Amino acid sequence: MSTESDPTLVLDEAYRPPMANGEVIFEEPWQARAFAMAVALFERGVFTWPQFQHALIERIARFDATVHGAREYRYFDHFAGALEDVLGGLSVVSRTALVERAEQFAQRPAGHDHDHAHDGHHHH
Amino acid sequence: MSETDARLRAEALESLLIEKGLLSVSQIDDVITRYNERVGPMNGARVVAKAWCDSRFKARLLDDATSAIEEFAFEGGEVDKLVVVENTADQHNLVVCTLCSCYPWAVLGLPPKWYKDPAYRSRVVREPRAVLAEFGVQLPAATAIRVWDSSAEIRYMVLPEQPKQWQGKDEGELAALVTRDSMIGVELLAGSAE
Repeated sequence: MSTESDPTLVLDEAYRPPMANGEVIFEEPWQARAFAMAVALFERGVFTWPQFQHALIERIARFDATVHGAREYRYFDHFAGALEDVLGGLSVVSRTALVERAEQFAQRPAGHDHDHAHDGHHHH
Repeated sequence: MSETDARLRAEALESLLIEKGLLSVSQIDDVITRYNERVGPMNGARVVAKAWCDSRFKARLLDDATSAIEEFAFEGGEVDKLVVVENTADQHNLVVCTLCSCYPWAVLGLPPKWYKDPAYRSRVVREPRAVLAEFGVQLPAATAIRVWDSSAEIRYMVLPEQPKQWQGKDEGELAALVTRDSMIGVELLAGSAE
């Protein structure tokens, strides 16, 4: 039997991520989108992966040093924060613009389904 | 920052990146689909199963895993260098990223929550045997434990020992049995140390 010609043949149907071994990787849809934004921007060459990694390490180190134990550790808050740091540092997206847009989104009426009005994309 | 704030900021970031033409919704969706469907621990399980069945592949894998896994054409190309470390009766290997969450995505997918938690990151280096015991892994006192700290440049994966009772199974059957946790080093396959 050659598995090299078509390695997909050895894949067990039941064995699929992200539920492999019963683990949920993303607890909220926005976490998956933040992760995907970072990967997509990296793949487009907007930053290198080590650049992002260093920003993430700084964020996590700050948490570990100051509020460790006093507040719940939410990994993707740090992940998204690191993405903001890298994009801010490269002047791709300014912190001011980001805060302004987030405040606009916060003003949306309840039940708007947090839809991006301009692109029609629905979060699931 | 509250959970709502984090979500709103991520949404705000997405809308700004789209406006600037740096990303599209479909590009983001494509990455999510890729990681949901094609990048995950089943990739590492195939590598382990092949190493158990093919000693020449195993030798290449332990010598230079980055090159050895090229034939699988896995996605998840953020990994510059993959190092595979072999569990033996004398040495048990355990993987961590003490600083953040570095993990071999191409072969294991995205890390589980506990891997990223401060408790695992800080304790596993200091008291690996105690942490392993909490995962239900009891090693003979004579087995040395080696902890490998991942970085942005080097990611580690454990090649677990093949349980004796799995002799005679073919590569496909074995690949379906290898677990993610055994490739991080926090589980012994079939539950017992040799």
